[in-house]
Amino acid sequence: MKIILKILRRKDAASEPYWISIPYETDEAEFSVASALRAINEDTERRDVNGEPFEPIRWECSCLQKKCGSCAMVIDGKPGLACDAMISGTGKERTVTLEPLKTFPPVADLIADRSSMFEELKKLKVWSPGGLKLSEEAEETAYDASRCLQCGCCLEVCPNFHAGGSFAGNAALGPFTRLLAELPKKDNKELSASYSKYVFEGCGKSLACRDVCPAGIDIDRLLVHSNAIAVWRRKSAADKVKN
Amino acid sequence: MLTGMPGFGAEYMGDHGAVNIIGAGFAGLSAACLLAREGFSCRLFSVQPSERAQSVLAEGGLNAALDTMGEDDRPEEHYNDTLKGGVFLADPNAVKRLSEEAVRVAAWLQELGVPFHMKNGRVVLRNFGGQKKKRTLYSRSSTGKIMMTALIDEVRKYEASGLVERFPHHECVRVLIAGGSCFGVRIKDLYTGAVCDYPGKTILCCGGLTGIFPGMTTGSALNTGDLAACLFSEGVVFSNLEMIQYHPTTLGIPGKRLLVSEAARGEGGRLFVMRDGEPWYFMEEKYPELGNLMPRDVVSREMYFTARREDCGDTVYLDLTMLSDAAWEEKLKDLREELIHYFSIDPMTGPVPVQPGIHYFMGGIDVDIDHRTSINGLYAAGECCSQYHGANRLGGNSMLGALVGGHAAALNIINTEKAGDMPEADHLTGSGLYPVSPEDDPALAEASPVLVNRLSDILLEGLGIVRDGQSISAALEKVRAAAGENPDYNLREKNRLILAEAMLKSAGSRRESRGAHYRSDYPETDENFRRTSAACYEDGEVRIAFRSIPERRES
Repeated sequence: MKIILKILRRKDAASEPYWISIPYETDEAEFSVASALRAINEDTERRDVNGEPFEPIRWECSCLQKKCGSCAMVIDGKPGLACDAMISGTGKERTVTLEPLKTFPPVADLIADRSSMFEELKKLKVWSPGGLKLSEEAEETAYDASRCLQCGCCLEVCPNFHAGGSFAGNAALGPFTRLLAELPKKDNKELSASYSKYVFEGCGKSLACRDVCPAGIDIDRLLVHSNAIAVWRRKSAADKVKN
Repeated sequence: MLTGMPGFGAEYMGDHGAVNIIGAGFAGLSAACLLAREGFSCRLFSVQPSERAQSVLAEGGLNAALDTMGEDDRPEEHYNDTLKGGVFLADPNAVKRLSEEAVRVAAWLQELGVPFHMKNGRVVLRNFGGQKKKRTLYSRSSTGKIMMTALIDEVRKYEASGLVERFPHHECVRVLIAGGSCFGVRIKDLYTGAVCDYPGKTILCCGGLTGIFPGMTTGSALNTGDLAACLFSEGVVFSNLEMIQYHPTTLGIPGKRLLVSEAARGEGGRLFVMRDGEPWYFMEEKYPELGNLMPRDVVSREMYFTARREDCGDTVYLDLTMLSDAAWEEKLKDLREELIHYFSIDPMTGPVPVQPGIHYFMGGIDVDIDHRTSINGLYAAGECCSQYHGANRLGGNSMLGALVGGHAAALNIINTEKAGDMPEADHLTGSGLYPVSPEDDPALAEASPVLVNRLSDILLEGLGIVRDGQSISAALEKVRAAAGENPDYNLREKNRLILAEAMLKSAGSRRESRGAHYRSDYPETDENFRRTSAACYEDGEVRIAFRSIPERRES
């Protein structure tokens, strides 16, 4: 199969972005964007569609199996993971467009600086104050919440999120939800207040995030759960909490 | 917390510089937590944030003899299984510490809120390879990811208080060593290109040699192996480099091998090959007691030989169709999704073709029981070091080894700092950071993927599941030939060539079969080789020596 990868390049944060179109051909009937990027970068004879040589495309990857969130980028206009995005043959040559996540400051090529996500969690004091209680009831919620990859895809599509604003976005939902699920009510006041202010109040409920989460996290459920505990100060029906 | 570890109090706030931690997976976070809790500051360097570390890929679980399943399990049995699984090549005193600390580590993780699977108010333990009792805590099929989330949250607290400073897009390009002591690290900011030296004692938590075999392992692309190669060429002692674990059940996906967790066999999955038109469950026939759950080295080797028999098909399958819906939903959901996503195979309805793939490096930087390397002030923990696992690592012991190792290294730093008896190199007293011009250090130039892939191919010829003197020597010749044909290799390329030679020489020197190291020309285990192979690069030459294993001390 033959495709054209159209990639938005940028030498560094200070440089102007520009497009490059790269032909890629493989015997595979189906392949991931990640495998195409790896193959192109390893090809010492690489040329763009105009026959010009070019430097390797800078992008981030780690696990290559949808478990780490490293390779998040905008693929054909939608945020997703390069290792998850499969391209399969349609018979005719097609173009796949790759851009860095735009919600975050650019670094180079397909790399965006997602540090703000992590800084935000620090600022909002998302950690255990101690006294977490494990229970069978909270297990599933805590598990789902713990699966968040911190990839940033949900923030990319969120109409309410902008880096540095007061809404932390649903990248903070997972970490908050795990702790809220496991903290006894008497110990969760501070965390609840932080959640209410920086997650609940800013969320416009468009739930655009729900459709892009590469981990397939049930964002609705986590929101309902944490809203119940932190905002409405009652136990979450989602947990079927006893007594 | 590891309250059983002696000799420190929570109030200590001495006058000391920050500790450098290279790598932010389990070992790095574990070290950071203990240092920070004791009032010591540290810098946590990683090429990407913790969420991207190979640690999140760990699936199976964490071994600890909690004995919640009414099987009368004890740490001593965990100790015995670990030593036996590693075919008695591990340091028994270190393994004793591992098995005892396991119970405390499990309690600590529960304090941090890791949602391990529970029933009737108690943690559920499951079966894992090479162990007769249920001993493995788990969180469905993403135990590593779920545990990492809790540890990341915990470290965040210390980041906010200033005790842990994160450098999350920073590569350690070399460790600064002079006169047998480490006096700091050289770090490149991958986003800006800036290079700085940071003084201080250093704990290496930089992962295994995954990147020496790009695309051929189940690990993360972040673990390039460059730092290990650099350290080796600078004279740091490595050990048991021939011990490479081939996990029995993997499948190839672009850029790597996808792991089918041992948990799938723990739940009842059965390996078979077709023989005379019938499935032959060869593991169950040959090993009636542990069957499909024999240690990984045994299963991989049996698969290798069985698939080469004339009366058998050449594909080994893993049959998981008998697993209950509940097992898929509660324990192996991610695995099923991956198999459907990448292979269009639904393991609930049909068998999965599997092959052994490189999964873990038991060997690595040589460390003592306190995780000190051969260099003063330099420590190593996690998969980058050689500790606990001997000739073969048991499932459920890798995250444990990383957590216990990180703690042990941090604890040794805390204790020596308090005692004031850490000999300091002159350079260690500085407290600032020193910018370095990128042109000044050849360690900054990356290795060419062409050479990296070529070396990987050569090494695989000599370091397969089954090896012999001839294939090892032939591979060694090819490495030397590659080294000789281009005087202009850059530093990282030269380092890789040297490390490759050390790996092959280690395998060539061990003229016996033990654990993951199977020599068809020496198929027996030889008591004379119940020794650690230590590799060192001195005066331009790779030297291999065998060192005796300590006796177990009574306590």
